[in-house]
Amino acid sequence: MKLRVYLNFDEKSVTDPVIWKLAKEFDVITNIRSASVKEGMGLVGLEIEGHTEMVEASVRWLEAQDGVHVEPIEQNIIEG
Amino acid sequence: MSESIVRALKCRECGHEYKIEPTHVCEFCFGPLEVVYDYDKLQGKFTRELIESRPQNMWRYKELLPIDGEPKVGANNGYTPLVKADRLAKALGVKELYIKNDSVCYPTLSFKDRVVSVALSKAVEFGFTTVACASTGNLAGSVAANAAAAGLESYVFIPEDLEQGKVLGAAIFGTNVIGIRGQYDDVNRLCSEVAGKYGWAFVNVNVRPFYAEGSKTLGYEMMEQLGWKAPKHVVVPMASGSLCTKVDKSIKEFIKLGLVEDNQTAVYGAQATGCSPISKSVKDGTDMIHPVKANTIAKSLAIGNPADGYYANKVMKESGGYAEDISDEEIIAAMKLLAETEGIFAETAGGVTLGCAQKMIESGRIPRDESIVLCITGNGLKTQEAVLNEVNKPRIINASLKEFDVLAEADGVQ
Ligand SMILES: Cc1ncc(COP(=O)(O)O)c(C=O)c1O
Ligand SMILES: [Zn+2]
Repeated sequence: MKLRVYLNFDEKSVTDPVIWKLAKEFDVITNIRSASVKEGMGLVGLEIEGHTEMVEASVRWLEAQDGVHVEPIEQNIIEG
Repeated sequence: MSESIVRALKCRECGHEYKIEPTHVCEFCFGPLEVVYDYDKLQGKFTRELIESRPQNMWRYKELLPIDGEPKVGANNGYTPLVKADRLAKALGVKELYIKNDSVCYPTLSFKDRVVSVALSKAVEFGFTTVACASTGNLAGSVAANAAAAGLESYVFIPEDLEQGKVLGAAIFGTNVIGIRGQYDDVNRLCSEVAGKYGWAFVNVNVRPFYAEGSKTLGYEMMEQLGWKAPKHVVVPMASGSLCTKVDKSIKEFIKLGLVEDNQTAVYGAQATGCSPISKSVKDGTDMIHPVKANTIAKSLAIGNPADGYYANKVMKESGGYAEDISDEEIIAAMKLLAETEGIFAETAGGVTLGCAQKMIESGRIPRDESIVLCITGNGLKTQEAVLNEVNKPRIINASLKEFDVLAEADGVQ
């Protein structure tokens, strides 16, 4: 499954290597499609690919991170 | 008349172009897609005379809307009054003030009828039979009504705590109303998932690029009704920020097509303090929009993570406008001021627009001696809760002239 999300980082979380941690923690492929960091705020367009349960667990983990806001772009299930 | 001038869907970030399809994000950078046109094809053909010769509805500008041929849904929608608001102008201490009164937009009394008729027309063209939306209230009613009239199945998703008038104003049309425990942003998040899973046309998800274009007609009408002129200043309420960007686009298009002269129109945005991520970014002088948790009586504007916030911010900055936000008490005061000076009962969002305009006039951001248009976008009968305890209750008497005489005397009536 491939899931596309926007991640919003606040002042504190912006310096945290969140996406690196995510890939360490879960067996998913992370693919950054866009990123901008400005004035204590970050915006990242991220594609997460892997087994459905893995992808879902990784999103739940992201949502639980302090100062990270997760916005799904749309569910886009591509099995594989 | 002539062939369609719609060229493509274009990514607002990386510029990649896509053919016209029910899709809203760029496959490459996940940026939002926008409809772009070949305006050159219209040069000399799309004239004031042609527009004026057509029926008074939003489709008199159909060449600038992303539909094929005639509209499939909402053929009578749009074309609301532009009111010269002299009594309100006097109260605000300004010279030339107009109200674009979309509180009486056909058929569901908000400007959403403009966006929905384009979205649903496009959905029919694409072959969808079920339409849906995530809504702060007005959109739900408009999708439900226009879908009913077009014989489409519909699902509307709303926060569970909306005003009764908004919920009823959708349910009456036989739609499927789904109330979500949570805020609009939770509703929106669910809907992006539902949109990916069910093959529906979600007006503000997969057909959003087409939907958003419908807002331009408010701007076109405003300029035509001003006598083919752009105003100096226009104030727009903001939720996702889409209307703000499209009013700006409408002005730029009319200038490009030679229908109006460039009047250096400044575009101003209005939000409630309880949900003001866009206004805050403008006032802070940044272009990053920090998501917020909404808490305001202006529920129709309560979007904490606005999809077009960044672009609305840019429009205000580049046009020389500004943004403001006001408290719930100020919203109510402004709703009453509008009603008592102009006889217009606007919803809370209208209070936000007027109240913010007033604040920007007082602070000198909007000059007092130039033309100002306020966009009033929704009807007060749908947000009665906000003012229920703010107006005088009827005085009850018997059907007796004597009793009325007593009352009149107390009022000082001669
Ligand atoms: C009455 C009213 N005015 C303005 C808006 C703002 O629209 P936008 O999301 O385009 O900023 C809304 C959105 O729901 C609305 O209901
Ligand atoms: Zn792109």
